[in-house]
Amino acid sequence: MPDLDLYLSRGFNRLDRDFNCELLIVGAGPAGMAAACAAAKSGISIMILDDNPSPGGQIWRDGPAVSLPEEARHYRRQLEQLPNVSLLCGAKLIATVGDKKWLYEQETASGIIRYERLILCSGARELLLPFPGWTLAGVSGAGALQAFIKSGLPVKDQRIALAGSGPLLLAAAQAVKKAGGQVVLLAEQAPASRLARLFLSLWRWPDKLQQSFSLTDPHYRFNSHVLAAEGEGKVERVIVRQGRRRIIVACDRLACGFGLLSNIEPALVLGCAIDGQAIRVDEWQQTSRADIYAAGECAGVGGSELALVTGSIAGYAASGNREAAARLWRERRRWRRFANAMERAFRLDKRLKQLPRPDTLVCRCEDVALQQISGAADWRQAKIHSRCGMGACQGKVCGAATRFLLDWPLATPRVPLAPARLSTLIKAWRAEGKET
Amino acid sequence: MTLLITILVDGQAFTVPDGITVAAALAYTDKQTTRRSVSGQWRTPFCGMGICQECRVTINGLRRPACQTICRENMHIERIQ
Repeated sequence: MPDLDLYLSRGFNRLDRDFNCELLIVGAGPAGMAAACAAAKSGISIMILDDNPSPGGQIWRDGPAVSLPEEARHYRRQLEQLPNVSLLCGAKLIATVGDKKWLYEQETASGIIRYERLILCSGARELLLPFPGWTLAGVSGAGALQAFIKSGLPVKDQRIALAGSGPLLLAAAQAVKKAGGQVVLLAEQAPASRLARLFLSLWRWPDKLQQSFSLTDPHYRFNSHVLAAEGEGKVERVIVRQGRRRIIVACDRLACGFGLLSNIEPALVLGCAIDGQAIRVDEWQQTSRADIYAAGECAGVGGSELALVTGSIAGYAASGNREAAARLWRERRRWRRFANAMERAFRLDKRLKQLPRPDTLVCRCEDVALQQISGAADWRQAKIHSRCGMGACQGKVCGAATRFLLDWPLATPRVPLAPARLSTLIKAWRAEGKET
Repeated sequence: MTLLITILVDGQAFTVPDGITVAAALAYTDKQTTRRSVSGQWRTPFCGMGICQECRVTINGLRRPACQTICRENMHIERIQ
């Protein structure tokens, strides 16, 4: 056991920052920003916590290679100008510490936030599926590559392969081209027939139809998926199934994403009910717990338009303005229909369950191969026998992957929700100690 | 014109554009790797959004996700062996 006083005296966590607010919003993406702007009209004190260095979420992620759209800048200006809204960036949720209290951690500070009502806008992450070679250097998520480019990664003249499913692949490809990279492959697992049906339905959402034209790429291939990445120390080529053919494409990077997955971990820790893959909400965006609302991708993946409207509804409802919330229901229905159309079109093929070989690592944190866990009935059993999911990511990658690959039931996450410093955890212990 | 700053990666100085993340800055060094896995493989940034922890490095003495940390002048970054 290290000397705790010595550890604390070295200057870690010198900043003790506890906060009180009436409404806590977790996540400063489109949903969180819209929720704050709506709720701020009531005059209550609002705090937004976000784990990125600046607000905007993934879609409006800021960086040196980004020119933010006007809508994003509008919401940022609003947040800065509203006197009853404060924003805490670079802050991760670590654990609940008693009723209506979250422990958070920043780069050098940590503390406890007490709130009366909560809106979860925790967003979504990519579903990352294991395949041979997915741990090689230069292999990343598709949305991840887009985020890296926005935050300054140079890809000029690099050959980049993208594979997986969903519109994010096209957006990532566009980011690559804009940054001077060369898209050498764009493999979409969905069959052409389903995508054609989606395309023919897009007239209902004219902005999306227009967007779909701007995102087209000559390398887009339907009914195609990655089989393996190969190379010495780093990815050098990707092997892809294209229809019935097997092709090899040389590349400097490979980015794979298999759609989006709601971040429901904070909701699970709080005991909110889950509907399928997302947090269950009613017409007011209220969860199964009366004081907790959810909006945006964590309450159902559907893109930034749905996130904005559900965020506004949650913000109004949580601050007592049900009339304003109800006025937005029609708009929400429109974008939910769009979300459903996307979900149908990009549904994952069962063949993707065959992606990993027995010796493919499934848990990247603890280097656990598929063969070590394939006999297990659920994640808990797998953890006991192999340490799968017990590493630094707390099973956020392999937990979701094994659910898809092996049909395991949803496992409840354990706190801390993110790796935390000992000095932060001591605060949790002290906070809970005071209560008993 | 982009402003440039100096960072130290494993003790060696590199000049990188101001405002980029540590994950992006590692591409300006000779290798993008961040840490060694429990079985000794080198890994690189993977999820890009602070979830997977593959990009964690030591920054000014603290373990940090490289994809969510912005480079600052004279920042000390060390790969995890």
